[in-house]
Amino acid sequence: MNRLVVRRTLYSNHHQPKCPWKRGFCSGGEAAAAAPASSASSGQLNHIINQKDGSFAGDDQPYDLAIVGGGMVGMALACSLATKPLTKHLKVAIIDSNPALANKLSIKREDPPDPRVSTVTPATISYFQDAGAWQYVQQHRHAFFDKMQVWDYTGLGYTTYDARDVYKDVLGCVVENRVLHSSLLSRIEDTDVQKTIYPSRLASMIRYPSSSVKADDNTREASYIKAGLVKLEMSDGSSLYTKLVVGADGAKSQVRNLAGFKTTGWNYSQNAIICTVEHSVGNHTAWQRFLPGGPIALLPIGDNFSNIVWTMSPKQASDLTVMNEDEFVKAVNQAMDNGYGPHPKSNFSNGSNKFSFLGGNLTMSTNESFEVPPKVVKLASKRAAFPLSLMHANDYVAKRIVLIGDAAHAVHPLAGQGVNLGFGDAFTLSRIIGEGVAVGTDIGEVSLLRKYEAERKPANIAMMAVLDGFQKIYSVDFGPLNVLRAAAFHAANYISPLKRGIISYASGEQRLPIFP
Amino acid sequence: MLLFPLPHFPRFPIYSCSSSATKRRGTAMAAKLLSRLRQLDTRLISLQHQRPFFRNARLFSGQQIPSSDSHPSLPPTPTPTPLPPPSAGSAGEKRQRTSSLKDHELAKFAAISDTWWDSEGPFKPLHAMNPTRLAFIRSTLCRHFSKDPNVPKPFDGLEIVDVGCGGGILSEPLARLGATVTGVDAVEKNIKIAHLHADLDPTTSTIDYVCTTAEKLVEEGRQFDAVMSLEVFIINISVLKISDSRLQHYFSFRSIHLVATSIHVIEHVADPAEFCKSLAALTRPGGAVVISTINRSIRAYAAAIVAAEYILHWLPRGTHQWSSFLTPEELVMILKRSSIDVEEMAGFVLNPLTGKWLLSDDVSVNFIAFATKKAEG
Repeated sequence: MNRLVVRRTLYSNHHQPKCPWKRGFCSGGEAAAAAPASSASSGQLNHIINQKDGSFAGDDQPYDLAIVGGGMVGMALACSLATKPLTKHLKVAIIDSNPALANKLSIKREDPPDPRVSTVTPATISYFQDAGAWQYVQQHRHAFFDKMQVWDYTGLGYTTYDARDVYKDVLGCVVENRVLHSSLLSRIEDTDVQKTIYPSRLASMIRYPSSSVKADDNTREASYIKAGLVKLEMSDGSSLYTKLVVGADGAKSQVRNLAGFKTTGWNYSQNAIICTVEHSVGNHTAWQRFLPGGPIALLPIGDNFSNIVWTMSPKQASDLTVMNEDEFVKAVNQAMDNGYGPHPKSNFSNGSNKFSFLGGNLTMSTNESFEVPPKVVKLASKRAAFPLSLMHANDYVAKRIVLIGDAAHAVHPLAGQGVNLGFGDAFTLSRIIGEGVAVGTDIGEVSLLRKYEAERKPANIAMMAVLDGFQKIYSVDFGPLNVLRAAAFHAANYISPLKRGIISYASGEQRLPIFP
Repeated sequence: MLLFPLPHFPRFPIYSCSSSATKRRGTAMAAKLLSRLRQLDTRLISLQHQRPFFRNARLFSGQQIPSSDSHPSLPPTPTPTPLPPPSAGSAGEKRQRTSSLKDHELAKFAAISDTWWDSEGPFKPLHAMNPTRLAFIRSTLCRHFSKDPNVPKPFDGLEIVDVGCGGGILSEPLARLGATVTGVDAVEKNIKIAHLHADLDPTTSTIDYVCTTAEKLVEEGRQFDAVMSLEVFIINISVLKISDSRLQHYFSFRSIHLVATSIHVIEHVADPAEFCKSLAALTRPGGAVVISTINRSIRAYAAAIVAAEYILHWLPRGTHQWSSFLTPEELVMILKRSSIDVEEMAGFVLNPLTGKWLLSDDVSVNFIAFATKKAEG
């Protein structure tokens, strides 16, 4: 991996250090190093502490925020902070060794779609619109879908969801991850926020407890000065000080490990295969069929392409990954169509049915008959498989550290909610930071961060519980349970208030399921 | 045998008005805040048998009442308090403020500073209430001084004095909001702690902490745009008495307007009327005064004294004297006598389920008042 030189362009403004702290800690006057000893070159960690007066050298003024991990969720946080008047003055450091951050990749329309896609819910779309990043997403390939059909292999029932059930236009939008990422980056470039990108990996993190007074003499005052800060050291030797560390570095979060957060979770004994496929006709519906090994989902990406997410046992996954393309296409068509079991019977009853007493207008989709998904014509990308697991950090915040996105929680992809939870975290955290700045709080204060945790934790846990419940229920093939699931399909299809509740919850508009 | 003392009417002539608007819901944890503050300074054993004012003086300052011939400009010397760590070398520290901290001082104050500033520690209710009162202060001051509230530093250019700043819990956010803050407290220890903590952040290290009282500031002729009096420990009665007869108006020596806040102090002050006169003298014409305290209502009695001190033991018994609480009407009248007009008032209400403080119209227990001084001419 290339170790790029740490970019210090933004530091030229700070070369004349203003050190108001000197007055408090100058013993014996200002004799101590009138100017910082060396203009900081990376790798000289000690020169900071050895300064007699303990103040910071010009290049190492502390940051307000350090976002570890420059993925979609980390950049969403940075973008949201950069576009709000209360927070755009915050100095942000972004630590990620991905070269895409430093040199933006241009994505052309003619490129085949990347198999890594995400379904963004309307709630996430509105966050993006508020931040002004959605306009950039619209310049690339993206696909809104307004219908969704869910059924299983037993052929006993199916459910169709329509956006018009909740009087909306779309149920969601499927966008490639790289498109989301680059549109967030473009929006950040638009603003004049002070940010620095550190293209390396985080190596260690030191928090200075305010009451610790260390043993050796010349660092005592220095370590007290740093009491309100966290020191991050990178693998290429550079280091920085910051008031708040945001861990947005994914499921194997280094920040989470270094900070010692405990997690709960388990591995699903399932792998997911993702790939892009092509149809002969356009596809504007999301299809999901629960098979004995796991669900297969077909999501429209636009331009006759669709994305497949197929969950199955690891052995089957490796078989399917290596088989040749035509066989794979055939397997996919079978899985979506006639394989494993019959089609469910369409319901041809007219408007009234036995559940109409539950009130509310009947949803439009009740009358829709079962449709067979469009056939896959060819494979348009490589197949990739990855293992699935559930993970939830027991705490999201500690003093001066907060976790967002996959670093805090990882879920099963069966409902496309994972990254939406992450975006919810990012935009909520940015709003809470704004509220903190409005009343002059130190943004690393744990009481402020707890507000974020109190808002996101219940929502995340509820969603994870629902998804985990689905995953468990559908992983068992047992007669009475199959009938129960079929009843559930029927209930969701015909009981309109329930259907509306499900759609609202999955769209991110409701915090908890069932209770509006 | 009574379990707790009955409420009794005030001993000093506060003009009593009927406090009719007090039958509203609310719980007050203001008492809880002060309890923690008390515990920091002194360990209270039993104060049942002492006279209230003397008791208050001992309570909050841990100081001896200086004799009348003490030099008025020196800060009163604190006696060694029974709090750990024992006051080693406390005498030598008094003279210089904090310009060159010795190591052992640093250690000692750093340890105590943690208690003040640990938002989950003994001062948790104070920290919990802080954002709410800052929200009130921010909105009222921005409106009064016509500042834009949507910027990170709306108080740029305002000079504020925090009378009774304690550990600086209010002063630091005010400084971060751009104000030039002077923190005043009669207890030297608090000033040291506040100074130490404020130095951690370059934005707050500009706060000027002074160990003095409001009266002494008036004597020095200082004036501020806004005077804050929230949660203070004031306390040296004889100093108050000496100086209250000499309220002179000097020329203000700063050209920028200043603001002063005085929150949760006034129920502990010996003579609220004189204290308010001092606050008024500290305010420039056209400036603002923000005062927060506890109402003298039956509900406040139940919450702040019975519940907090006797049932839940959040406060040592005798911390609050119900008779020295002020009703909103009394506060308004006292301020009016010093030519300060109360413009807005709000109550603090604690939601016991979420532990969050909210601003509300219910002033029956804790309340905060925003007042202005008439501009000259």
